[in-house]
Amino acid sequence: MGLSGEGVLGKGLRVLGRAIREEPRVFAVSVVGSVAFGVLTIASAYVMGAVVGRAIVPSLDAHRVQGAALAVGAAAILAVSLGKVASLFGRRLGAGAMQFRLQARYRRAVTRRYLDLPLSWHHAHATGVLLSNANADVESAWYPIAPLPFAVGTVVMLVAAVGSLFATDWVLALVGVAIFPALLGLNVAYSRRMSPRVTAAQRLRAEVSAVAHESFDGALVVKTMGREAEETARFAAKAGELRDALIRVGRVRGAFDPFLDALPSLGTLGVLLVGALRMRQGAVSVADVVSVAFLFTVLAFPVRAIGWVLAELPRSVVGWERVQHVLRATGDMVYGSSTLDGGGPAALVFDGVDFAYAEGQPVLHGVTFEVPAGRTVALVGPTGSGKSTIAALAARLVEPSAGTVALDGVDARSLTQAALAGTVALVPQVPFVFDDTVRGNVTLDRAGVDDDAVWRALRMAQVDRFVAGLPDKLDTMVGERGTTLSGGQRQRVTLARALGGRPRLLVLDDATSAVDPRVEAAVLAALRERDAGASILVVAYRRATIALADEVVYLEHGKVGARGTHAELLATVPGYADLVTAYERAEAERERERVYDEAVL
Amino acid sequence: MSTDTATAWGTIRRGLTQSPELRTGLAGTLALALVATVGRVAVPVAIQQAVDYGLRAPGGPDVGRIVTVVAATVAVLSVTVSCAYLMNVRLYTVSERALAGVRTRAFRHIHDLSMLHQQAERRGSLVSRVTSDVDQISQFLQWGGVILLVSFGQLTVTTLVMLAYSWRLTLVVYLAFAPLVLLIRFLQKRLTAAYGEVRARVGVLLAAIGESVVGAGVIRAYGVQRRTVARLDTAIEANRTAQFRALRTAVLSFANGEVGAGLATAAVVVVGVRLGVDGSLSVGQLTAFLFLVTMFIQPVQIMTEVLNEAQNAVAGWRRVLDVQDIEPDVADPGDAGRDLPPGPIDIRFAHVSYAYPATVPGRGPSGTSEPAPSSGPEVLSDIDLVVAAQTRVAMVGETGSGKTTFAKLLTRLMDPTRGTVSLSGVPLPEVRFGSLRRRVVMVPQDGFLFDASIADNVRFARPELSDDELYLALAELGLADWLDGLPDGLRTPVGERGEALSVGERQLVALARAYVADPDLLVLDEATSAVDPATEVRLQRALDAVTRGRTTVAIAHRLSTAQAADEVIVVDAGRVVQRGPHAVLVREPESVYGRLYASWLEQTRS
Repeated sequence: MGLSGEGVLGKGLRVLGRAIREEPRVFAVSVVGSVAFGVLTIASAYVMGAVVGRAIVPSLDAHRVQGAALAVGAAAILAVSLGKVASLFGRRLGAGAMQFRLQARYRRAVTRRYLDLPLSWHHAHATGVLLSNANADVESAWYPIAPLPFAVGTVVMLVAAVGSLFATDWVLALVGVAIFPALLGLNVAYSRRMSPRVTAAQRLRAEVSAVAHESFDGALVVKTMGREAEETARFAAKAGELRDALIRVGRVRGAFDPFLDALPSLGTLGVLLVGALRMRQGAVSVADVVSVAFLFTVLAFPVRAIGWVLAELPRSVVGWERVQHVLRATGDMVYGSSTLDGGGPAALVFDGVDFAYAEGQPVLHGVTFEVPAGRTVALVGPTGSGKSTIAALAARLVEPSAGTVALDGVDARSLTQAALAGTVALVPQVPFVFDDTVRGNVTLDRAGVDDDAVWRALRMAQVDRFVAGLPDKLDTMVGERGTTLSGGQRQRVTLARALGGRPRLLVLDDATSAVDPRVEAAVLAALRERDAGASILVVAYRRATIALADEVVYLEHGKVGARGTHAELLATVPGYADLVTAYERAEAERERERVYDEAVL
Repeated sequence: MSTDTATAWGTIRRGLTQSPELRTGLAGTLALALVATVGRVAVPVAIQQAVDYGLRAPGGPDVGRIVTVVAATVAVLSVTVSCAYLMNVRLYTVSERALAGVRTRAFRHIHDLSMLHQQAERRGSLVSRVTSDVDQISQFLQWGGVILLVSFGQLTVTTLVMLAYSWRLTLVVYLAFAPLVLLIRFLQKRLTAAYGEVRARVGVLLAAIGESVVGAGVIRAYGVQRRTVARLDTAIEANRTAQFRALRTAVLSFANGEVGAGLATAAVVVVGVRLGVDGSLSVGQLTAFLFLVTMFIQPVQIMTEVLNEAQNAVAGWRRVLDVQDIEPDVADPGDAGRDLPPGPIDIRFAHVSYAYPATVPGRGPSGTSEPAPSSGPEVLSDIDLVVAAQTRVAMVGETGSGKTTFAKLLTRLMDPTRGTVSLSGVPLPEVRFGSLRRRVVMVPQDGFLFDASIADNVRFARPELSDDELYLALAELGLADWLDGLPDGLRTPVGERGEALSVGERQLVALARAYVADPDLLVLDEATSAVDPATEVRLQRALDAVTRGRTTVAIAHRLSTAQAADEVIVVDAGRVVQRGPHAVLVREPESVYGRLYASWLEQTRS
């Protein structure tokens, strides 16, 4: 990541500042709790000193229990302890509330961006990265929030501690003045040494996860080609890098931790030494020395909180920057304000449409064709000629780089999203189902899609009998990505989803490949003959499907090669004829070969 | 709780058995840990010594004595720091090395599981077996485990020192803590439940985020952002609430320790003064006791915190071990097996039946899990057939007739529930995977591509092939024109899961990948279903030419494949109903094949 120590500290503190500005109230609660905790911690040291000096020493010296002093001492210890408990709740619950609220807020913000950003942006980002942006990265960004109030309280506590030291004895205070900065310095040095190592380990963790994800995704290919050993070697190499990175982190942690633990003890010993000298001079009492010694013991732990915050900063900065990458992404698909009032089938016009997924790699050039209202147009072309891209453009999932796509004469860009979604229904080549019930998958909670409409749509898509046979009918959950459905069933459920919304333009992207052609014909016929009717753009290879079309658009290398009826294209366009008569010609050729073989034999 | 602990210990023992590397130098590490722990009581002892014999020495503070005490303690601390450092380094090194091994073994094991097992698990949960679950173990071993150990040691040593000073005061401390320990154990149970809830909520959250990313296209096409936002918000909020609930319980449990500290300290002061008055305790000893109480409380508090982490870690470890405990039900016979004899491969199915296990949902023909005791309905029944070597066979039938199951049994992705599949006379369970996977290759309908170039995907099984050789192979399949039309030819990146290519193009790459693997038996499961007819026909002719002399089985949706095959096998409702060359079968228009062919003609001619 190339994060320098200095830069990370500055950036990290800015991220923390941002958190405080966004959650000032809970932060205030937790800091008050933390400061109270700190002050009470110092107080506990002095109470301890006082108990030793005023109750224990006099009692033991006089061989008689000093009842009043002892009672006050015990009560003070209990009071301080209860106060610490109360402040503990404030500090930790406040910090937790702050951390979790920030997490939730940024998760909402990131996922909302996902839904607003155009599909082209999604295409440019790996699924795994987007998942971790909304989950792990948000979490990392706010990780230092948990110890933050504690650390802030500790800083206040340190200042108070030094103050109280000077109030006790300025010479003893010098021990504190020497030890506290050393503690802070050690903590800062620690986090500086840690930050590049932790960042590297974090990056490798993501890489290990990516390798595992991809390898398990392709498990069937790995298995059928017997490449388990090679895949394991690929994974083991990354796991090995991660192991070395984690050991490097461990070495630094292993070296600093014992010193951080020992430093306050050295302070305590220093206090004993200096305390003895000062006692000889009559400047301090045993109680003072015990108090100050105890102070170092109780401060040892809280001071570590500062180290925790500093240690988490690099991770936080990386997480924050990744989250910001999503939040700052531009190129939102802007929807217009026009609506389409017409009932009945919608007309679709492509006028000089260019499109490229990546710069310099055009997919479509100057595509012009129309689907007149109520007509069926078949889009035919060789593999990779741009058919799916046209289907996506028709539903305005992506934007043309030049030219326009219009519905009922209105540029699709000037339509509201509701108007678009209500007019066009796209059934993609690869069906996607939500982890929801059958009903939820068909209705998607759209207005006006009641159970009758759902059953009608299921019937048209010819899955009604299958659904009726399910244990919970429409309420049956289909599982993650529809794992309980077969490929053909998934395809038909997504078809029903499209039909359920009564679209005025249906775009089928080779979406019926697993559906019997007779079913397909019935679906298309029913759509056209329905009360209101619909226009249809269908990506097809089947002659039967093409035969249902009023017009065929033949696509070649991203350009419209020809338009016309099937018969016209068949007669005049060799590429088209080659494509649609491929099976007949193959058969004829085989027949000729057979005749030849027989003649030779 | 006790049963939880028992299984937790069981898990740790199992884990240690599976990863003997973890025990490397364990005795030394423990010895170092012991020294580091004992060193911790040096300071309270020093205070006692300093107070009693230095500060309160008769005739004023004895500085010389204090210098001695301080010097001795500094020496002890140096030893402690050094031991702690050495212990840490050993621990990190040993545990990370062992865990890299655990990751890799679990990874390999997951690949060795049968296809059905792999598909029954959510992809994400398999990934976490080799990532976050292992990270949790490492957290536990290096941090939680050590802290538990050190804390326990500190508790023991502190108790011993306390006993040395005064057994009665030690009893007081224990009595003050006894009720709290019971309370903490009770809260611990609630905490376990609360963290379980958090984990469940995180799972739901991840699924919701995943849907909003993977289903981005559908969400836009149907304009259902608002519904998606509502689902996400619910999941996010539920996660936040669960986290806060767990924290509340954790703080409550921690606060108990604090209360205990106050009670114990106050009790020690009161009882200690009474004992001191009798002369059985010095000021220094009593003061040291107060420090010792703090040292006694700290580990108790830390242990309650760490115990939660430890439970998560043990649960993670259990998941990793559990996945490794699943016996691959379709296993490599390894050294006990044999290789396929060289030469062309023939196929024999002897009374083969197959039913998907009922626990794997939705694999029956109807897509539902029928209420069968152990397995679903048979999808293939009593298949008995022989395919001669070097023939090209097409298998056709309606959707759900059992074609794909046949292909999976043929390539031993699954084992039949009854009967035997043999290749070249060797029953498949006896064939070593090394031989089977090299000689038999299947191309599934969804040809998964790795996020690399076309070249790297095609050479997947043969990494030694050069770009020129790959180009030649693609040209042999008649794909040179297609390849030349791509911006970077063979070097074109295919994107995540091949998504930079169209569905049909992905199939072309997957087919080329299988072709260069040079198998003796090639099984195509609707491998060209998304390819245009002209390309398909060209591809088929090319494939016929280059696979001449080998055996091919093509599962086909399009009957063009059947027409080109030497022989057609027709399956219907899990049984072979017809067999023979297309030209013969087509003469019976009322047969299953006759009807399929009529329908095919109807869709392809007009």
